[in-house]
Amino acid sequence: MPIPIPTVSQKNKTIEISGLNFFYGKTQSLTNVSLDIHEKQVTAFIGPSGCGKSTLLRTLNRMYDLYPGQRAEGSIMYRGRNILDPGQDVNMLRAKVGMVFQKPTPFPMSVYDNIAFGVRLYEDLSKGEMDERVEWALKKAALWGEVKDKLTKSGLSLSGGQQQRLCNARGVAVKPDVLLLDEPTSALDPISTAKVEELISELKQDYTITIVTHNMQQAARCSDYTAYMYLGELVEFGETDQIFMNPARKETQDYITGRFG
Amino acid sequence: MNPVYRKRLLVHRVGIALSVFAMSIGLIFLLWILTTLLIKGVDGLSLFLFTADTPAPGSDGGGLRNAILGSLMMVGLSTAVSTPIGILAGIYLAEYGEGNWFAQVTRFVTDIMLSAPSIVIGLFVYALYVAKVNHFSGYAGSIALSLIAVPVVVRTTDNMLRLVPNSLLEAAFALGAPRWKVATMVRLRAVKAGVITGVLLALARIAGETAPLLFTALNNQFFSANMNAPMANLPVVIYQFAMSPYDNWRELAWAGALIVTFTVLLLNILSRTVFSQKTPN
Repeated sequence: MPIPIPTVSQKNKTIEISGLNFFYGKTQSLTNVSLDIHEKQVTAFIGPSGCGKSTLLRTLNRMYDLYPGQRAEGSIMYRGRNILDPGQDVNMLRAKVGMVFQKPTPFPMSVYDNIAFGVRLYEDLSKGEMDERVEWALKKAALWGEVKDKLTKSGLSLSGGQQQRLCNARGVAVKPDVLLLDEPTSALDPISTAKVEELISELKQDYTITIVTHNMQQAARCSDYTAYMYLGELVEFGETDQIFMNPARKETQDYITGRFG
Repeated sequence: MNPVYRKRLLVHRVGIALSVFAMSIGLIFLLWILTTLLIKGVDGLSLFLFTADTPAPGSDGGGLRNAILGSLMMVGLSTAVSTPIGILAGIYLAEYGEGNWFAQVTRFVTDIMLSAPSIVIGLFVYALYVAKVNHFSGYAGSIALSLIAVPVVVRTTDNMLRLVPNSLLEAAFALGAPRWKVATMVRLRAVKAGVITGVLLALARIAGETAPLLFTALNNQFFSANMNAPMANLPVVIYQFAMSPYDNWRELAWAGALIVTFTVLLLNILSRTVFSQKTPN
């Protein structure tokens, strides 16, 4: 069935997904998904559990590559290249398309090294420059004030909310081009959630952001574009205001108003 | 009282009683062994143990200096050799172990080696090395001990690395880190304490092995730090002295057994306290 794709061509497209199918072994979990992700905008993926929104996110940095049996077909054009191409260097791709996960995953090293780990992979900075970068990233993630005196402490010694913001800082520190956020606030209290949402709107100035969320209000608050997915298909995609105020399809309306199922 | 709850409480009490009983059987024998060792071994404990060498038949006094040195050197060399081999093999199994023919075989062989009688390993080294060079040596002893230690380290490293959750690895991969860097900087580090425990357990295991040394290092009555010659060591000295007719020899055997047992006990306690940690979430 044809999917209404709005004409917003005046903005630059960072990622163009077309005809994307995804398989876990023999089970197909994405069917013919096509959408564009715009530069320096926030795109939210919403939908019920198991609809494939996280799967879609994980194709954008080829995270699925880690698991044999998972494969994607179709094309995802990023900066003029199809990243599904077998010749694509996935490490370089992931350095450009960063990801922050649902659960905090601090590395077993100091707070400082948690941030510096990713930076050191692709940049050769002096001690002073690295100190600045760590401070910059921690400030961006609204964590600097709380950890500036314990940079040498283990990242695991922080509280849950602090760990999540540490992971956000780690993702930002490498200065990626695109940032993928997989339910970044589902493990956070409302105050930390507000801080993360502030971070998102601030990062939007420099980065292209894609966020998967179960929280409808969050999608409405933070995003410029919203994609509603159901059973591995893209049901509706468009500007967030339009999706929430005046959805074109009844399924979308039912879901966002909570009458789903 | 609610009959279902009462029944459950009864089952609970019976279960607890049985497990306490089972535990006390093990604990009683352990304490029995330790106190016997202490009582019989404490007479032999003196400074001469560390300054004098094993006595000739019929002569008075004597110590265990040569045997302690030999044990330290052979166990030390084996640990130095088997730790890197074991950890690297463990990383290989954890990283590439799924659906890989070579890794499956390695894991299978490791399991067999873990349960192989140690005397077989001694004979194996005898046939392959000692019989070829025509003399017993400390090196042969170290080879035999390494063969026992490597599978222990491989197994614990592999098991520990498997405990690291995928989410942590994904987080590292998501930053564009190459696989070897994720394996060493993130995965191995996350279970560092567990891997060190594995090394200490291997060390404790080989410190008390007698059978593999009988055919490899043999023994040496004199003080010698030459690893290319037969070498004295505590387990074989204990074995020989314990069966001798001389009182001072048997006293030394008890003292040696005390030293070995309490060193191993200390290593075990150390690995379970200082290096113990919770597995990552």
